[in-house]
Amino acid sequence: MSSAAQTSPEISQDLLLALAGITKRFGPLIANDAIDLTVHKGEIVALLGENGAGKTTLMNILFGHYVADEGTVTVAARDGNLEQLEPGAPQAALDAGIGMVHQHFTLAENLTGLDNIVLGTEPIFRLRRDRTKARAKLAELMAGSGLNVDLDQPVHKLTVGEKQRVEILKALYRDARLLVLDEPTAVLTPQEADSLFAILRKLAQNGLAVIIIAHKLAEVLAVSHRIAVLRGGKKVGEMMTSDADHRSIAELMVGREVPVSRRVAREPGKPVITLTDITIDRGDSRRSLHGVSIMAREGEILGIAGVSGNGQAALAQLIAGLDKPDQGSVEIFGEKVEKFDAHKFAQNGIARIPEDRHHDGIVGSMTVAENIAIEDVRNAGYQKFGFLDFDAIRKRAEHAIKDYDVRCPGPDAPARLLSGGNIQKLILARVLEKSPKLILANQPSRGLDVGAQSEVHRRLLEARQNGSAVILISEDLDELLTISDQIAVIHAGHVTPAMATDTIDRSELGLMMAGQKKVHHASTNAHSGETA
Amino acid sequence: MEIIDILLAASFWEAAIRIATPLIFGVLGALVCERAGVLNLGIEGIFTAGAMAGWMAVWLGAGLWGGVLVAALAGGFFGLIHAILTVPLGLSQHVSGIGVTLLATSLSYFTYRTALPDVSSPPRIEPFRPLDIPFLSDLPFIGQALFSQTAMTMLALVLVFVTGWVLYRTPLGLAIRAVGDNPSSVEAQGLSVYGLRIGAVVVGSSLMALGGAFLTMSAFDAFFFGMINGRGWVCIALTVFASWRPGKALIGALLFGAFDAFQVRLQTEVGAFLPSQVFLMMPYILSIIALIVVARKADYPKALLVPWFKGQR
Repeated sequence: MSSAAQTSPEISQDLLLALAGITKRFGPLIANDAIDLTVHKGEIVALLGENGAGKTTLMNILFGHYVADEGTVTVAARDGNLEQLEPGAPQAALDAGIGMVHQHFTLAENLTGLDNIVLGTEPIFRLRRDRTKARAKLAELMAGSGLNVDLDQPVHKLTVGEKQRVEILKALYRDARLLVLDEPTAVLTPQEADSLFAILRKLAQNGLAVIIIAHKLAEVLAVSHRIAVLRGGKKVGEMMTSDADHRSIAELMVGREVPVSRRVAREPGKPVITLTDITIDRGDSRRSLHGVSIMAREGEILGIAGVSGNGQAALAQLIAGLDKPDQGSVEIFGEKVEKFDAHKFAQNGIARIPEDRHHDGIVGSMTVAENIAIEDVRNAGYQKFGFLDFDAIRKRAEHAIKDYDVRCPGPDAPARLLSGGNIQKLILARVLEKSPKLILANQPSRGLDVGAQSEVHRRLLEARQNGSAVILISEDLDELLTISDQIAVIHAGHVTPAMATDTIDRSELGLMMAGQKKVHHASTNAHSGETA
Repeated sequence: MEIIDILLAASFWEAAIRIATPLIFGVLGALVCERAGVLNLGIEGIFTAGAMAGWMAVWLGAGLWGGVLVAALAGGFFGLIHAILTVPLGLSQHVSGIGVTLLATSLSYFTYRTALPDVSSPPRIEPFRPLDIPFLSDLPFIGQALFSQTAMTMLALVLVFVTGWVLYRTPLGLAIRAVGDNPSSVEAQGLSVYGLRIGAVVVGSSLMALGGAFLTMSAFDAFFFGMINGRGWVCIALTVFASWRPGKALIGALLFGAFDAFQVRLQTEVGAFLPSQVFLMMPYILSIIALIVVARKADYPKALLVPWFKGQR
């Protein structure tokens, strides 16, 4: 492992932050175990690790939300002297020039961007607010960094990417010298992520130090100067980004070899679900579809690529039987659907992995066992004399926990205690145990770490091999190109005809997702409805 | 055309504004609390406490404005109880609020009975008198309807403006609106979530108590049991009607006052063939209808009812 002394030429040698021997315990769990980390002026450091590796705990200690049990945080004061930071005081961290952009934004949505930025920076008991100075300073910051956003809009009207810019401006407005970003790309589209990285590079050139907490490798390799890897609360590696390669970091993070998912060629079977010229008009482009025709076949994964909010929600609702089309028809195994009823769809073998796994995937206050059985409690196997058979339910849960490696205290633990990755495994267990005919997987690996992500892919491919049809709605190009057989692109409620994955050019796909490139297929019926 | 005559009479509008006054205080108080994210169902009891405390202070020899101050302090005290239970301790705002209403109401009655064990008819004080402002009070129509009210009504109208100014024009108001929408936004900027919320609930409760004080020191001249009669609850509904805005709160309170004044007058006109209870119901029914129309689009402060704890996110 190379030391911090070997910095690349464009990075200054000025030490800005030093974490030394940070240890934090939560009961028996050691969240951080003697972690050292240094950051220099103008340097972008990526802090990598799987969920639960201790990244966020470390940053919360830095920012004063938690107090470390051992270790010190030293910050170079503005005059260059190294000073120890007062533990447990967010205000001290703010004063020392540390700004944090949390994964869940800390913005008041009813206020404008400007109000959010100025909040707390002026004396609170004053008869008026004066915005002229603030505006001038922000205009300068925006010009110098490319962080353009309309500051007079209420925050709830901004896109996610714009909200993030407001968050960054908030830190810069307070003269932050070190910016910590917690999973900054988790909520961004690929285009937004690229523009964020361009901004961060520019800010670093101007002397800002940046720590990016992340678990997605590719993007971190593109933007950072140095990488530190955490696993199980320990720092297990540190290297210059230029010396790092994708595979070795992934293994360092996970602690074992990461299996690479590969499709095994197979012939698709008969169509499971066929949508023909579906139109759903809800006035709102995010919830509408226009002349959509797609088909999912047995033993085939159909990828639906698109930036979030282009009609995926409407499509998912329709396929799950939660909504009915205004025009067009849906056929399941060649039979036209007359009644759109979620229960009936489920009985026909359609299983879903919902987009918002915490909200729609589980009932947080119910136990793991209950959550696994929840869709099948009407089945005789889980009933005894018309009452729920808790022994059977628990037995099934114990199997599922073992087979799917759901890490939880046990079948009787409330499901809300599980991490995102384990909730997804729970949902996979519930969905796949029934050998469904069609799996509707909506953003199934979003926000998951490398290990959990590869598990999701492996399971979906396994289901495909066993003859299930899979509709994979995703905005992750790597995921789509790795496991789908065919890919269709959704944009503004229009869906292109499906294209064989092997014939697709990656950058072209990106342009189509952005709506900048139309597909020109010689003659497809599906397409004619869309351009009309 | 008796109805038109009623609506055009200055005496009708004078009554409407008078009836609206305690509601103006109450809605302003409730919206300050709720803007910071705390529902204060203690309002009905705080009205009672303000009515009793203000009246008793004057009865014991304090000046009228001294009584107003005592009422505000009493309201602030019960507000502090509610704030401590719901903000740092994070208890259910519904349960705590109803508890505060029961506690404040009972304590007020208890104090009254302890001080005056033997009286059968409530003792009277010399209340606020209608103002006689040179020139303004002599104006036709508006002189009677607006400028011959008591000083407390004028105070209520001024407070509408002050509350609006503080909420929308000062850094403090910005912080209060932020803490009611997303407390983390306030904490991340180094301000105290608990401090802001407790402060807002205490000040809001003081405003509510002024509504009670108006009843015993301006509208009537004595304290008697059951006199608040649901006015506090009406304020909670009017707050939603007002979309948490002081200007609309004034409109809502005036609307309710007008309904109430109207039904009294209508009773004398057509009361012969309709039971009086129908008229008494009218302002409440019309309020509910107005609420349904307006509140379907209501934009609640997002963190309303949601407790926030330091160190959790």
